[in-house]
Amino acid sequence: MSSSPMECAAKVTPRPLANSIRGLSDRGIAWLFVAPTIFLLLAINIFPLIWTIYLSFTNFRANRIGREVKFIGLRNYERILSDPDIWQTMQATAHFLLWTLFFQVLIGFTLAWLINRKFKGNDMWTTIIVLPMMLSPAVVGNFWKFLYHPQTGLFNYVVQFFTGVDSSSFSMIGDVSLAPWAIVIVDTWMWTPFVMLICLAGLRSIPDYLYEAASVDRASKWRQFWTITIPMVLPFLMLAVLFRGIENFKMFDLVVQLTGGGPGSITELTSINLKREAFEKWRTGYASAYAVILFVTVFGLASIYVKALNKVKER
Amino acid sequence: MSNFSVTTPSKRQKWVAGILVTLYALITLMPLVWIIMTGFKSSADSIAYPPKVIFSPSLEGYVNLFTSQTRLTSEQVATTPPPATWYDKLVRSHQMVIVGPSRFGQRFLNSVIIGFGSTFLSVSLGTLAAYAFSRFKVPIKEDLLFFILSTRMMPPIAAAIPIFLMFRELGLSDTKLGMILLYTGVNLSLAVWLLKGFIDEIPFEYEEAALIDGYTRFQAFYKVVLPQAATGIASTAIFCLIFAWNEYAFAVLLTSGNAQTAPPFIPTIIGFGGLDWPAVAAGTTIFLLPIMIFTILLRKHLLRGITFGAVRK
Repeated sequence: MSSSPMECAAKVTPRPLANSIRGLSDRGIAWLFVAPTIFLLLAINIFPLIWTIYLSFTNFRANRIGREVKFIGLRNYERILSDPDIWQTMQATAHFLLWTLFFQVLIGFTLAWLINRKFKGNDMWTTIIVLPMMLSPAVVGNFWKFLYHPQTGLFNYVVQFFTGVDSSSFSMIGDVSLAPWAIVIVDTWMWTPFVMLICLAGLRSIPDYLYEAASVDRASKWRQFWTITIPMVLPFLMLAVLFRGIENFKMFDLVVQLTGGGPGSITELTSINLKREAFEKWRTGYASAYAVILFVTVFGLASIYVKALNKVKER
Repeated sequence: MSNFSVTTPSKRQKWVAGILVTLYALITLMPLVWIIMTGFKSSADSIAYPPKVIFSPSLEGYVNLFTSQTRLTSEQVATTPPPATWYDKLVRSHQMVIVGPSRFGQRFLNSVIIGFGSTFLSVSLGTLAAYAFSRFKVPIKEDLLFFILSTRMMPPIAAAIPIFLMFRELGLSDTKLGMILLYTGVNLSLAVWLLKGFIDEIPFEYEEAALIDGYTRFQAFYKVVLPQAATGIASTAIFCLIFAWNEYAFAVLLTSGNAQTAPPFIPTIIGFGGLDWPAVAAGTTIFLLPIMIFTILLRKHLLRGITFGAVRK
């Protein structure tokens, strides 16, 4: 499509001039421009993926270089799927995923809706709310550990101040019942602005005449909200959930710095578990199979989700 | 007329919304302000109970962050010359002496080199590729977004396994070049996608006119297209820089001494007798502040990168 004016220009001009318009042949330039990108993407993205799939069928261990690598078929996959520990980490991941999505959608949408009232100074406050999501998750996880400190942490102190619960009587990252919530809180603090920004873009895309028409028809504000606002924002909101869902499924840096997967293995999300298998126990083949299973899981879930998203968009 | 408009919120609505959003923003800000404050506290004040909001500021954290120190015995105190500078004095008041710079400066420099290096590479390669995707028929064009999404589905730890092996074979383990190439590869697909959006918006007629004036394709590209795409290129660059600056998983697995960046280093800053929180907070502040300032200055341009370019304004 985009090259058609060029083509036309070339057709109507005499031969020698046509050549000078084109200079180096278009196809040549296109490949010259695309080649380095393709090369890097193949080297950093595609090749490792293929290698991982190959390794997943072997008993290779990266810390024993000289040892003979045996092809063991589907043994790694069988072992992973029958391992109760893995199901435990999957459960921890599901808990983290569902609750962070729930809070981020709820708070993120509410904030976007409020900011869309266009009060004075909404730009400045929006920027401040966005700050946490720009920061390094590992560094954020590390300093929240300081805020969560039972005796001297700010978080515990604030809880005591408002609820009267003694600040040294609980430890957000040390108590088995609280740690899963500790990571949900920090992730929500950090990533609610992302959902908020996408919702805001959605709200701003709704044309005013829809509301005007609804008012002419005497539809109540409440009804307008459910029949105009929500359906129009839904595709945006679903997109935000998709991105956050993928990101949180592979969550590593924030949680590993905050809790390290503990206490015990209560917050050991799949990525942390995978890191232990691959880089602490050095079961490379096994970890590769694990990686493939995770990839297929996200890929499958995301594909189903995108189909649903497209249906919502069509309506 | 505006009084009758149904879409403009009432004054009261604006007030309530304003107060609620301000409240949320202040809660969001609290941890950040607290960590910046902690950087200026003395060790004792940083872990005081109840937490101290008013304290006498101290640069102890910053001095500890940038220097490595050793403890002096009382006999050694008598024999060493008196402290010459204010930071020597500060350290000496804790019976310590500075023996040299700490590793933080080096780690921070690594972050700068790797961050800017990979950003430069992703944006240059990305612009070329995006131009080709935007203006020519290239077979894999249609699959680009799908490709970006699928590469982002792989947990970084999973991708790190083969990359770890590959780097070991190629001698790229723990080198800045290796990290630059890796971050470029990770950023590139998104950079191409964002840049293609920006270049698509530049009318083709400009180039056409330049071509008829006798420019070659290359000249048309860098004299016409590049200046037009400058804003887009800049906002893509910020986005790539933030990713490389913040990245932790690859950095912690693939680097150790030579090419380690700040994110894996900051949590390991320890003083005598456990974590030196003022020093950690000082390092955190120095590391996070550039990004906070960037965000505030460039908020308008960041939005597109944040929302993956999927939400077009």
